[in-house]
Amino acid sequence: MIKLTINNQPYEVDASPEMPLLWAIRDMVGLTGTKFGCGMAQCGACTVHVDGNPVRSCSFPVSAAAGKKITTIEGLSERIGEAVKKAWIELQVPQCGYCQSGQIMSATALLKNKPKPTDADIDAAMQGNLCRCGTYQRIRSAIHRASEMIQS
Amino acid sequence: MANQLTNIDRRNFLRLTGITGAGLVLGLSAHADGVATVENLAAAGESFELTPYVLIEKSGQITIFNTKPEIGQGTFQSIPALIAEELEVSLDKVTIQHTGGEKKFGGAQFSGGSASVRTSYTSLRKVGASAREMLITAAATHWNVPVSECYASDAKVFHRPSGKSLGYGELAEAAARVEVPKEPRLKDPKDFTILGKPSPRPDVPLKVNGTAQFGIDVAVPDMVYASIERCPVLGSKLVSYDDSAAKKVKGVVAVEKCERIHGVYRSEGVAVIAETYWAALQGRKALKVTWDYQGNDKFNTKTYEQSLRDASKQEGAVEHSQGDFDKTFAEAPVKLEAFYETPIVSHSPIEPMNCVASWKDDSLEIWTSTQVPGRIMDDFTKTYGIAPEKLKIHVMFNGGGFGRRLYPDYVHEAVQLTRKIGRPVKSIWTREDDTRMGPFRPMTFSAMKGALSADGKAIAFQHKVISPTLDMRKDYDKTKADGTMTEGISEQKYEIANMKNLYVHHYLHLPLAAWRAVTSTTLAFSHECFIDEMAVKAKKDPMAFRLGMLTKESDTKNLLNKLKEVSHWDKPLPAGWGRGVAQYEFFAGLGGFVVEVSKKGTGIKIEKVYAAIDLGTVVNPDTVEAQVQGAAVMALTAAVKSGITFENGQTVQSNYHNNQLIRINEMPKVEVHILANGGPRIKGVGEPGLPPFAPALCNAIYAATGKRIRRLPFDINKIV
Repeated sequence: MIKLTINNQPYEVDASPEMPLLWAIRDMVGLTGTKFGCGMAQCGACTVHVDGNPVRSCSFPVSAAAGKKITTIEGLSERIGEAVKKAWIELQVPQCGYCQSGQIMSATALLKNKPKPTDADIDAAMQGNLCRCGTYQRIRSAIHRASEMIQS
Repeated sequence: MANQLTNIDRRNFLRLTGITGAGLVLGLSAHADGVATVENLAAAGESFELTPYVLIEKSGQITIFNTKPEIGQGTFQSIPALIAEELEVSLDKVTIQHTGGEKKFGGAQFSGGSASVRTSYTSLRKVGASAREMLITAAATHWNVPVSECYASDAKVFHRPSGKSLGYGELAEAAARVEVPKEPRLKDPKDFTILGKPSPRPDVPLKVNGTAQFGIDVAVPDMVYASIERCPVLGSKLVSYDDSAAKKVKGVVAVEKCERIHGVYRSEGVAVIAETYWAALQGRKALKVTWDYQGNDKFNTKTYEQSLRDASKQEGAVEHSQGDFDKTFAEAPVKLEAFYETPIVSHSPIEPMNCVASWKDDSLEIWTSTQVPGRIMDDFTKTYGIAPEKLKIHVMFNGGGFGRRLYPDYVHEAVQLTRKIGRPVKSIWTREDDTRMGPFRPMTFSAMKGALSADGKAIAFQHKVISPTLDMRKDYDKTKADGTMTEGISEQKYEIANMKNLYVHHYLHLPLAAWRAVTSTTLAFSHECFIDEMAVKAKKDPMAFRLGMLTKESDTKNLLNKLKEVSHWDKPLPAGWGRGVAQYEFFAGLGGFVVEVSKKGTGIKIEKVYAAIDLGTVVNPDTVEAQVQGAAVMALTAAVKSGITFENGQTVQSNYHNNQLIRINEMPKVEVHILANGGPRIKGVGEPGLPPFAPALCNAIYAATGKRIRRLPFDINKIV
């Protein structure tokens, strides 16, 4: 049994240690907001925060997450996360929406480190998150908008 | 008697939809001539040939049924909005429910061809308007006042002189007994509060907090997971397999064969079924499978492409002919020829193919992300011998469609597996499965010919398409021109007197599929780049050359003039910059781009992108802007990323690391202009923004560098 703390809730999962954290979150804990896209940290749909840092959970062994603070889209509740979600709705960012949990997790991590990111900062922080629908322009605008919300 | 039948039908309807306490149910009858009339379900009697679109319950609950799966294109808002606008309710007071292919909901339960809004615009407004008028009549009757003194607003009917009101729920039952108006009065567009205005989509909040349910998110009791090994050499046959090691993996419960069915393309795979998906993946790795490649391991795209070039020498079937192309071309003072090539590409939606299926006794239940619930209902009842009322399809939010989810091959596999093992099965393709297995958008090659008069006017034009076909029927006639594979090449509005467009079919054994904007995605590139070549040969400005061939009024002419204006086409650019224009009209609609690029080292940088889309009528401009921006991203990926290539019968690409998509840092801003000036033809939104992007980009590259790009993909960093 591996002990996990996800969104401040304790869980015990019966998983082999090398199993990616993603499948523990989705299939064992039942939080499906975190998505499977590629299985090799190429698309970012599975992004969660582990001790506040964005991590591709499809390529992160569940054993390495034991004892750490894991946050998924469902648990994103502090000020910056709320601002990001609000900006995402205000600018109607999602199309199909499948990658957006990951985009929001990456954007929140960016704004925690850089509350006023430049376009170059956004490029650097967000290029690990693919969007096949092509919502990039609105993602960029929404990050700037969330940044404004945080400042005010 | 009539009343009894009415009651039975209503009960049937309730059973069908699982909704209780029905009041007013309005639907559309589907007439053979394509005209739909609004009918009252409760009064339908025996016929019951209705598409119920709106249900108002006594509780006041309003449900609008959406027959167009939400794949990111916004039908979860745009389709219900057509009804809600006329019904005078705001969308946030409405429950929107996806239909699941049920016969009662009619035959057009799919999302594809940018067809949803353009084919429903008037008929669904009539549904809403009829309901509104019936509710008003019911209220007026109740109050014993003239109908003219009553109006509807915010899900209530008001009596203007007294100010009293009744909610729709209170009126529903009485309204159901009112005769359906023959010609309901539609609202004047100037009074619209939803249509034509940027409106928030009700699915967006769910997609921001992680609660939107995609197919892959479905879990049902006792469910097991499947991962399926299929031969990486496409077109192979399964000979045998050894599952002894796979079955030793902890959690594996069964290993079973299943067949992937994609039109005439069929192939067997071996599924490892386990208590967790991770265990299924480990079990799959432990399988030992023997395949018969059927000689397909010799296939590679390089050789195939050469065979397409060779096939271009065939005369081909005439797709369209006007004037006398052969004579005019032969005698023309100035002529030019060029050959254009495009690649195979993948759809690669970020949600991999998946399906949950549960077969119990003689009933089948399916939960999946699909564009085609109607087709699944039709095909699966036949293929598996299930009564339509025993098949329940739950259409989930699609994590991308792009044409891939028009094909339920992945649903077939899950259905066969649940039937075999007697437990609900969730089958999930890996990204590698998705990349390697297709189905793929085929390439098209194009042999272009054009002729100019001595004063530089286009007098003859020929577009010959050489390609495999998307037609998967066994009786496909390869001697005929294939309308899908020549899509749009004879629909452009350019006034060129002599034209002869041709088609040459060339066989390809791979599973193929429509891809967003179908064949226009490749043909617009050859077509509009060659028009540019003609302009250069005529020593004319490419915009002026195009407009010179558009003397009659047309949407294309308006679109190009709009692009000319918003891009400041006539304003000189900085040194080292170039701009290009392209437009394309096809079944789905009409779009165009002006792209500006600058030289950057050996490559180019995209500086500015102006897009225009002509709709005639717009429902949600905010969605349209997003769709066109997204189409540009997808078009850029198809133009400059690897595409899919084959060596030894297998795809060279396997996942996003070598089948790359454009990322945020590579995408310039796209400024979108919507033309919605009325007109008889409402055009589509999802696709028309895609085809003209690559030719506008390549025409801009020519303008900046003098390098003419005739083959996609190309390396944007190595142009000169």
